[in-house]
Amino acid sequence: MSPFTRVEGRAIPLGRPNVDTDVIIGAEHLKTIERSGLGRHAFGSIRAQAGNVFDDPAFARAPILIAGDNFGCGSSREHAAWALADLGVRAVIASSFSDIFSGNAFKNGILTVVLPQAAVDRLLSVAKELPLTVDLETMTVTSPLQDRFSFELDPFRRDCLLGGLDEIALTLASEAAIRAYELRTGI
Amino acid sequence: MTAPRTLYEKIWDAHVVERREDGTCLIYIDRHLVHEVTSPQAFEGLRLAGRQVRRPELTLAVADHNLPTTPRVDGDGMRLPISDQASAGQLAALEANVADFGVPYIEATAAEQGIVHVVGPEQGFTLPGTTVVCGDSHTAAHGAMGALAFGIGTSEVEHVLATQTLLLKPSKTMEIRVDGKLGFGVSPKDLILAIIGRLGAAGGAGYVLEYRGSTFSEMSVEGRLTVANMSIEAGARSGLFAPDEKTFDYLKGRPMAPSGAAWEAAIARWRQLATDEGARFDRSLIMDAADVAPTVTWGTSPDDVAPITGTIPDPESFADPARQEAARKALEYMGLTAGAALQDVPVEHIFIGSCTNSRIEDLRAAADVVRGRHVADRIKQALVVPGSGLVKRQAEAEGLDRIFREAGFEWREPGCSMCLAMNPDKVPPRERCASTSNRNFVGRQGPGARTHLVSPAMAAAAAVTGHLADVRELLR
Ligand code: SF4
Repeated sequence: MSPFTRVEGRAIPLGRPNVDTDVIIGAEHLKTIERSGLGRHAFGSIRAQAGNVFDDPAFARAPILIAGDNFGCGSSREHAAWALADLGVRAVIASSFSDIFSGNAFKNGILTVVLPQAAVDRLLSVAKELPLTVDLETMTVTSPLQDRFSFELDPFRRDCLLGGLDEIALTLASEAAIRAYELRTGI
Repeated sequence: MTAPRTLYEKIWDAHVVERREDGTCLIYIDRHLVHEVTSPQAFEGLRLAGRQVRRPELTLAVADHNLPTTPRVDGDGMRLPISDQASAGQLAALEANVADFGVPYIEATAAEQGIVHVVGPEQGFTLPGTTVVCGDSHTAAHGAMGALAFGIGTSEVEHVLATQTLLLKPSKTMEIRVDGKLGFGVSPKDLILAIIGRLGAAGGAGYVLEYRGSTFSEMSVEGRLTVANMSIEAGARSGLFAPDEKTFDYLKGRPMAPSGAAWEAAIARWRQLATDEGARFDRSLIMDAADVAPTVTWGTSPDDVAPITGTIPDPESFADPARQEAARKALEYMGLTAGAALQDVPVEHIFIGSCTNSRIEDLRAAADVVRGRHVADRIKQALVVPGSGLVKRQAEAEGLDRIFREAGFEWREPGCSMCLAMNPDKVPPRERCASTSNRNFVGRQGPGARTHLVSPAMAAAAAVTGHLADVRELLR
């Protein structure tokens, strides 16, 4: 996973609550056995509508996405995170995320930033015209208009993202504990 | 003496391998189910890193999402190829991966093949008190057996394959307490839809649900599987039922369940799992079973529910502006008008199947409505897709296939089928389906498809009338 420290750029002002992973990447695109190349199929049903934010040239390769409540609900498909990564998105801001999605995003070096709805609404309107900065070191989202919103993230995830660490390698370092557990429980 | 604990806390505590300072725990995973869609990149990751599957024997693979539900073998018993190249490729990848890594696998043509969440309990692979994961959000279903079961992403699939553990933060706990008898014509599916309507699509996020109360203790294991399955539609990764005599009766003699002395020892352990008297939940939702009517969804989120006797809501009636906007979009997508009676909504497709409602009791409930009737003229396709080959065999032994066929239904091979648009079973754009599956998302059953989630009996009622209908009228 590539390290995440700070991302600066345009933020796609998507909004809308309960955007499920079927909307992020439709089932017909899950037949791949690779992780790459899913970006062009992302948000297909939204992109089918004229004037959608994803096809607005101002937001081409924008590294930030601003979404509504409960983003990434539904199916556990990690293809949703792969599709976002393929689009160039490194951070998603919303008032809440589905648990599975935010775990998947994290494992692909995408930061999910939880902010109160009022802050999200403010950023949605600022982002229409201006770039934003998401900084994991200072744990803030800022705008050129002096907006500054702090967010929280559990320290483990923060360390992993900052260092670009491989979680499997970290866990394998606990091999002795895993082995001891297996012996103790007879599994 | 230890403090009273919930079922969830007991399972969690028993699986802690290591506790980190911030409360995150390395949790041992007892059972890992693998299917063809979310595993190829995980096996590839292992290969690239030169890693093995740590405990292949705790893993079970089966293909379900891609498989066409048309016959899989020809007249001579030879396997028929899958015509969709990408689907065929994903199945081939699974077969190569299970062979390379030594993972137990149920062949696509085996009688035991089926939807991963039907197969797990049916084989006795899912057991009370275990931790169960699968790269699929409806893994929540296995919670019906008293297992802590949840869906994971592909990176986590790789993590479990390599380490047999996951790094997790403890969840909050929520009890869903329902007492009383479900009304005439009201099924576990109606109840869980009503619960999701009450909680909202994100209401359970961060919680593990525990279904408690007399309604659930009276419910069959199959009904519990339906309920637990849809916990994720309320945002909860898992939903639990305390294992009881019904659970033990269901599991006894299943091929992968313990037997002999080990069985007796297991039951004794499982009896200790139920939430202790006095244990606290972080939140409670209390409902009365008598208040639940046959329920349908009208929108594109599983919490967009209404009783079948109701009308399509006016988006303005929602307090939250974001919800209003979402409802407006949903009605536009669904081609529905606020204020119209739900019972007047015509349908063209019927899907009885999916990991929510494809077990034998579901098929019996639908067949009871269909018996002696015929699907309405306006229905273009009515599918019955058993959840596994064993369910199919049982249904055929009971003559249910004949009832469905004579009524104009198609009787198919097991798989995910029309639950999601990955295999040939799809709902065409702007056409409407009464479906026993679990998601009414935009495009879920095919691009532009319009889904109404219902119980098996309600799907049967829609089939024979040609519109969403109150099954109670047909059963009287
Ligand atoms: S039946 Fe539907 S919900 Fe269940 S595993 Fe298959 S695709 Fe997922």
